[in-house]
Amino acid sequence: MSGLSLQHFIVLSGILFALGLFTVVTRRNAIGILMGIELVLNSANINYVAFARYAGNTAYDGQVFAIFVIMLAAAEAAIGLAIVLGIYQSFETIDVEATDRLRR
Amino acid sequence: MSITAAVFYLLALVTVGSALGVALSRSIVYSAFALMGTLLGVAAMFVLLGADFLGVVQLLVYVGGILVLTLFAVMLTHRISDVNVANRAVGRLPAAVLVGVTFAWMVAVARRATWVVKEPASPAPTTYGIGNAFLTHYVLPFEIASIVLLAALVGAIVVSRKEVKG
Repeated sequence: MSGLSLQHFIVLSGILFALGLFTVVTRRNAIGILMGIELVLNSANINYVAFARYAGNTAYDGQVFAIFVIMLAAAEAAIGLAIVLGIYQSFETIDVEATDRLRR
Repeated sequence: MSITAAVFYLLALVTVGSALGVALSRSIVYSAFALMGTLLGVAAMFVLLGADFLGVVQLLVYVGGILVLTLFAVMLTHRISDVNVANRAVGRLPAAVLVGVTFAWMVAVARRATWVVKEPASPAPTTYGIGNAFLTHYVLPFEIASIVLLAALVGAIVVSRKEVKG
């Protein structure tokens, strides 16, 4: 791939990671925090695939790991959103600063 | 500038622009739709990196599954009168400082490190190789992953169903 190097993809994934971290830190909405986590996981995936491509071997380790990350992200999203909906049912809000008790 | 580099910068623009929308948008609904742009951009980035199967998986699982789930959760919990939904836990300035320092540090490390890079081979279909890897070298993680998914499925149902009293 002419004109592109590994550093291009590392910097892109760094930007995505930074924006995801920013989202996680600044949001009070629990769903917004989950979206930030998705951004962070995606940046990790870009790194995996870029390293797999530029490492020069013909194995598929990097892509396999990226698939595992996607799979865990799906599980995390299902559980996380179920918990968020449960919190909403008992607290009528998903503001993470208002939900500071474990039971009603 | 080669065509590949031009495509990369275009995709990076779309991805980072949508990620900015996710991070900065005041409305959580706009954030969810901006997330779609980011996920599509990352999927296209996978294809650009020669990982065609992974790009399709990203489309199916993220855009077709996780994003729709997120949108459902937003719609189910979003109240129009709820103005606090965009409130911030940490002010934007401290958060920007924290994130800026982290990003600068990561880029500095990435520039200083010596990467062992080889010229990438020309893109070839990856589906056969990935399937082979899953059923030979990675068969144990693969089976554990299916158990994790089953547990997550059951757990999500148990957590989100209505509580039955008595």
